[in-house]
Amino acid sequence: MPAAAPETAASRYPPKPGEPPVVFDDVSIRFDRNEVLRNVSFKVNAGETRLLLGPAGSGKSVLMKLANGLIRPDSGRIFIFGYEITAMSEDELFELRASVGMVFQEGALFDSMNIRDNVGYQLMERHISDDEVDRRVEESLKFVELDKTMEKFPSELSGGMRRRVAIARAIIAKPSLLLYDSPTGGLDPITSTNIIALVMKQRDVYHTSSILITHRLQDAFMLATHYFDRDKNMMVTLPSGEADRDTSFMLLHEGRLVFDGTTHELVHSDDPFLKEYLA
Amino acid sequence: MMVHRRVDPTNQCFFLILSPRDGIPVCRYNSPMPFATLDSIARKSVRSVQDYAILSGRAIFNLFRQPRYVDDIFSQADIIGVGSIPIVILTGFFTGAVLAVQSASSLATFGATALTGTLVSLSMIKELGPVLTSLMISGRNASGMASELGSMMVTEQIDAMRALGTDPIKKLVVPRMVATVVMNFFLTIISDFVGILGGAWVAVFLLGQSGSQYFHTTYQSLVYADVVQGLVKPVFFGFIIASVGCYFGMSTRGGTQGVGRSTTQAVVFASVLIIVIDFIITRFMIGIFGR
Repeated sequence: MPAAAPETAASRYPPKPGEPPVVFDDVSIRFDRNEVLRNVSFKVNAGETRLLLGPAGSGKSVLMKLANGLIRPDSGRIFIFGYEITAMSEDELFELRASVGMVFQEGALFDSMNIRDNVGYQLMERHISDDEVDRRVEESLKFVELDKTMEKFPSELSGGMRRRVAIARAIIAKPSLLLYDSPTGGLDPITSTNIIALVMKQRDVYHTSSILITHRLQDAFMLATHYFDRDKNMMVTLPSGEADRDTSFMLLHEGRLVFDGTTHELVHSDDPFLKEYLA
Repeated sequence: MMVHRRVDPTNQCFFLILSPRDGIPVCRYNSPMPFATLDSIARKSVRSVQDYAILSGRAIFNLFRQPRYVDDIFSQADIIGVGSIPIVILTGFFTGAVLAVQSASSLATFGATALTGTLVSLSMIKELGPVLTSLMISGRNASGMASELGSMMVTEQIDAMRALGTDPIKKLVVPRMVATVVMNFFLTIISDFVGILGGAWVAVFLLGQSGSQYFHTTYQSLVYADVVQGLVKPVFFGFIIASVGCYFGMSTRGGTQGVGRSTTQAVVFASVLIIVIDFIITRFMIGIFGR
């Protein structure tokens, strides 16, 4: 990944300068009679990483899909790079999504395509030459340290490798916003740490704004208390008591955003639910 | 676990189940009567018809819009069309053969076995060729489409496609629809042809009729209206197969069990719809052409 600049110049919806990448304004959604999100409002600033925590079924994945326009809220407004996606047509959203990368819960790789075609899918859809696609796919796979898997199929890879391929696919078009839906869910601790290192690398090297859902508190705190050292190509712990300034937390509980603040505010909160959740 | 009927004093609960652990009544159905679910079934049915109409409408609309996935159309045509040739040939041939056997024995009563070719050709071209071919294609491909798209749906591959900026209707539904309509048309012609050959085989080798007479009556009995009727039907049936298969695939919920359910429903609905639409088209065509 040589350049950090997002490749969205050709898009009809390039990120508006000065506008926050994500704004949720009083968003609610229900499925049948079940209210999944209720009056959720928050903002993601440029270069910021928001860690979204919450018990299972609290509406985290729904929030992520709303942020990418994959589902529409019943009420409230959502802005991505200053564009109100709740008022955009599906065709307009397809263009806007050129600036957004998304990593799905189970990777969601296309099982009938090999890794090269999976990762290069977005470029192939834009009719970029095969040589260029090969070069970019290799570059992207190198970033996730899987450059030897180009010809393999998703079924031939382990769960952790599939997530890394999903990250490679999400970053190949150099998006300005990344949405990670439980990228470490169901993985062993070592693989989870490797995935978190990749997320951290994307955050600290390319300063891409992101929202990350995780059930694993240790992953969230690792992101908050470490930084990626480009020279050593590894994670390094921040000095004791310090937390990454561009990383903050949100906590969903029963469809409501019950916490939105910094790492320090989270660990020092007196809220009984937060204390119980973090315990 | 004990089940008590209508013991809820508020009459809001149709069944109260007493928990075996603590004996506390738990409401099983939040309805004063089981038929109250009828409105939700009706709502669900109307919503399904609406969703099906929207999907079909969007697919037709997208036929004329960029980008067009021509490679996918050819790939689907190969899977749906070329892959179905063996079953279509076997079905067509033996249907024609059975028609010849059955009609010959009936016609013999009136001393009109010479009309065997007429009966076989008219039945095959106007009715059995299009309907049986479409039912076979439906069994093979509506199920295939529903299970393939259903699996993609439950593993979030369709959402991933949308997230990557691709319209799944253009990429997945339109190529299947175009390929099915075109290939069903040609497969029906193949089926008609081998059906007539199957009838000829029975007429000549089993019933001892003259081959030239069989083919002569076959050709003489056909008129323009019969051929038009036989070729219009597969176009509609192809559209039904692809749209129903894709609709059930794209509306799959509930993991692998949901994929199985969608697959079964796609075949059942497509088959029933083919037979119902066949009646409507036949009635309409007879109204226009008079036969």
